[in-house]
Amino acid sequence: MSPPMSPVSLWRQLSRGVRVLFRRADADQELDAEVEHWVNQAAADLEAGGLSPAEARRRARVALGGTLSAREEVREHGWERVIHGAAADLTYAARRLRKDAAFTSLAVVTLALGIGAATAIFSTVNPVLFERLPYPHPERLVTISELGRSGAALEVTYGTFRELAQRAHAFASLAVLKTWQPTLGGRDVPERLDAQRVSAGYFRTLGVAPLLGRDFTANDDRPHGPDVAILGHALWQRLGADRGIVGRTVTLDDTPYTVIGVMPERFENLLAPSAEAWAPLQYGESFAPNTREWGHHLRMLGRVRPGIDPAAAAEELATIARTPLAELPRVPWADLSGGMVVTSLRDEVTQGVRPALLAVAAAVLLLLAIAGVNVTNLLLARGAQRQGEFAMRAALGAGRGRLVRQLLTESLLLAVLGGALGLVVAELGVRALVALSPAGLPRLDAIRVDTAVLLFAFGLSAVIGIAVGLVPALQASTPGLRAGVERTSRRSSGDYRRTRGSLVVAEVALALVLLVSAGLLFRSLTRLLAVDTGFDDGPLVTMQLQVTGHRYDADSVRYGFLEQSLEAVRGVPGVVAAAYTSQLPLSDDLDIYGVHLEQEGDPANDGAALRYAVTPGYFSAMGIPLRAGRLLDEHDRTGSPRSVVVSESFARSAFPRGDAIGQRLRFGDPEGDWYTIVGVVGDVRQTALGLTTASAVYVTPTQWHWVDRQMSLVVRGRGEPASLAPAVRAAIWSVDKDQPVVRVATMRELVEASVTDRRFALTVFEAFGVAALLLAAIGLYGILSVSVTERTREIGVRSALGASSRDILTLVLRQGMVLTAVGVAVGLVLAWAASRSLAALLFELPALDPVTYASVVVLLLGVAALACSGPAWRAARLDPAVTLRAE
Amino acid sequence: MDLPTTDVIQGTLDLLILKTLSLEPMHGYGIARRIEQISRGVFKVNPGSLLTALQRLERAGWVDAEWRQTENARRAKVYALTRAGRKQLAAETEDWARRAGAVARLLNAEA
Repeated sequence: MSPPMSPVSLWRQLSRGVRVLFRRADADQELDAEVEHWVNQAAADLEAGGLSPAEARRRARVALGGTLSAREEVREHGWERVIHGAAADLTYAARRLRKDAAFTSLAVVTLALGIGAATAIFSTVNPVLFERLPYPHPERLVTISELGRSGAALEVTYGTFRELAQRAHAFASLAVLKTWQPTLGGRDVPERLDAQRVSAGYFRTLGVAPLLGRDFTANDDRPHGPDVAILGHALWQRLGADRGIVGRTVTLDDTPYTVIGVMPERFENLLAPSAEAWAPLQYGESFAPNTREWGHHLRMLGRVRPGIDPAAAAEELATIARTPLAELPRVPWADLSGGMVVTSLRDEVTQGVRPALLAVAAAVLLLLAIAGVNVTNLLLARGAQRQGEFAMRAALGAGRGRLVRQLLTESLLLAVLGGALGLVVAELGVRALVALSPAGLPRLDAIRVDTAVLLFAFGLSAVIGIAVGLVPALQASTPGLRAGVERTSRRSSGDYRRTRGSLVVAEVALALVLLVSAGLLFRSLTRLLAVDTGFDDGPLVTMQLQVTGHRYDADSVRYGFLEQSLEAVRGVPGVVAAAYTSQLPLSDDLDIYGVHLEQEGDPANDGAALRYAVTPGYFSAMGIPLRAGRLLDEHDRTGSPRSVVVSESFARSAFPRGDAIGQRLRFGDPEGDWYTIVGVVGDVRQTALGLTTASAVYVTPTQWHWVDRQMSLVVRGRGEPASLAPAVRAAIWSVDKDQPVVRVATMRELVEASVTDRRFALTVFEAFGVAALLLAAIGLYGILSVSVTERTREIGVRSALGASSRDILTLVLRQGMVLTAVGVAVGLVLAWAASRSLAALLFELPALDPVTYASVVVLLLGVAALACSGPAWRAARLDPAVTLRAE
Repeated sequence: MDLPTTDVIQGTLDLLILKTLSLEPMHGYGIARRIEQISRGVFKVNPGSLLTALQRLERAGWVDAEWRQTENARRAKVYALTRAGRKQLAAETEDWARRAGAVARLLNAEA
């Protein structure tokens, strides 16, 4: 009906409204003057009609319905009226809250804890679980792996990549990548970089382009192609941030690489977050079976074509896997007979931490609920005390809606104050969470208090403000209570008490859920850390060495360096034993090769095993016990018969009759030389404490097919192992000062680091559990205190009638403990349901572990009894004469 | 002798004010009196409604308000039609004529 608002009218709306808001007196005065003028004019007209001046004036006023009424009518219009009303509510609310400082601070702190914790957790969980991955159309990005015969996912071979790149049409592009740890030369201290070797289409598949320079092309990624590299933004900054770097060279592993590009700062490389440089793979085209082109060591990334369902793309890959083409031959260990697995990039990146994060998110919701319930309870108790005030306002004409609005304004104000303080809590919490964060938590850099988090905190405060205020507001404004004007504080209605009672029950129940979860996690972690790692993690320090430089290109020279440096390390005072290994337990190293058993020649005997290339002395340095046969020693070297030592579980599964010693196997090369099993050693937990060990095969570096460039040094010392590290490093550098030494850690630290996801969840649950327990205790204490105050008269009557103070004590205690017991009963059911979703984080512990449940119930009952005893004592010591006189 | 007076028809007060002001600028009481006179007392204007409507029209930019000295040396708030107000008057007049015509046709058809 009315035309769209013109700029003029919009301006007038705003300016006039603002003027009324801020210069109310002026506006009123003007309105009064106008009304007055009206009365004068009307009176003048009436006088002209023959009335006396006084009568004319009276009639004019009556015609106007009283000046007050006309003025009020005008004042009731315009948008500013709404704001004015809200501002009045707000002022009143602020005054009420200031008057009741104890209540207000308790409520604000409680809300700040709840909102702050929820906000901190949200900022941690949001980038990982909810935000889109930082690439265009991230839903089309998938990772592709092969399924091995055992049903475990395998990394793909370059041969498979070549075949899929030619045959799979569902993908806009495919790329393969592997980690690479070159040494950055030409600087004072050799620095080992985390980097990636990638096929030419890697960045195009992700959908990102370099900030400077160009992307890789097919011409870069061919055998003996040019040595070119793209640098990460942080590395470029460290190198001087010169925009002219493109075209210059950097030295990686003793080889000059021409810089062709620099990635933008905001580029997040989710598949290898720490990678700072990229170079093309440059794999060969011959595809002979014994080349690296057929090694299972590449990760494959794919971008599904627009309009094609990822499930359909997976279907196409399955079809390709089933139908080999003669012109694209496969090798037996990569014949794709097990099929392919397609995983969305999001799942690939987050699946490791998802259970812990979901559990933590659920925990914080519980804590928030408890905080909210607590504040609701406080508001209800206060509402009971303020009945007189509400009744008075109602009598003065405030409608029910007006009262509800007033009370909601108060609770909203409380929540906003709580939210503001909560942001401080959140900021601290985020720092603590990042410090605690489980290894492998993706997008760590994206975790911070940002706009999304601020919006979350604000929205949450608003929701909480309404949620905690609604029940108290509705109850306080119930018409039945209007009669309260003449009623004094004698007692509150039964409604109040029932509502508050059920809220305390809810608090106890929720606290129990949190405590049971924390207890289960604690008991799991204790059990996990008690697991036998298979080695003696006493005074062991470890570090990783990267043998770099062209002078070490020959295997024999490389091994010479290993021997010399071991010699030097053994000479360090305090060193008891030292050895090198190609992979270190619990360090994220994972190196698996195919095993072919001679016995029976059945392909079913073919399997895979962890490969450890270790210098003799590794077993004694690590404290790995010998079970049968002998250990590897100095005689197992180039030229002598090839010997291996296998793990107990390998021996058991491959040779159930217990005759492993003397058997022969091929390892890493299906056509290679036979190795003889000379010994069996105890199992070692390689990947995680909670995972039963896969089969393992140990071989000396000189009897393996090559001498690894990357070796971990384990040093057993006397006393504090960490203090040995500088001397050990110096000993290595005394042999060659250009070799980077990284990843220095004691074995105990590695063990501890392998449980960080559980430790993370446990710490959060413990903190929340304690907070929940405190809040529940405060809630219980609060309701009983109020109840004792309300029942002062009743208690006085009882004492006067002969009840002993012991009876009174029991009376109040029973009231509190009945509520607690109901809460515990409800909580047990909830905990039973909740603990099953924790199963992924538990270790060898039933979700219904009776010890946990029993101890939590005892703890809760104890704390509840403590919380009840205060008010109970107070009640028991009431003097009946005083209380009765008070009425 | 008197025909019964009635409140202004719902929704037409704005139109009546705009029309009245199109003749000459006027203060609130003058507008009310003019409407009553011209409608020969059929319409009685409620002062509260009139002042509220004037505030609304002023904010919509259809009338301007100004405090002026009147002939008897009193200050009065005088309202005047703006250009936008003139356009609005034309539009509302046309709209009203259309509706009134339709109502008249309906009544005639009934009879």
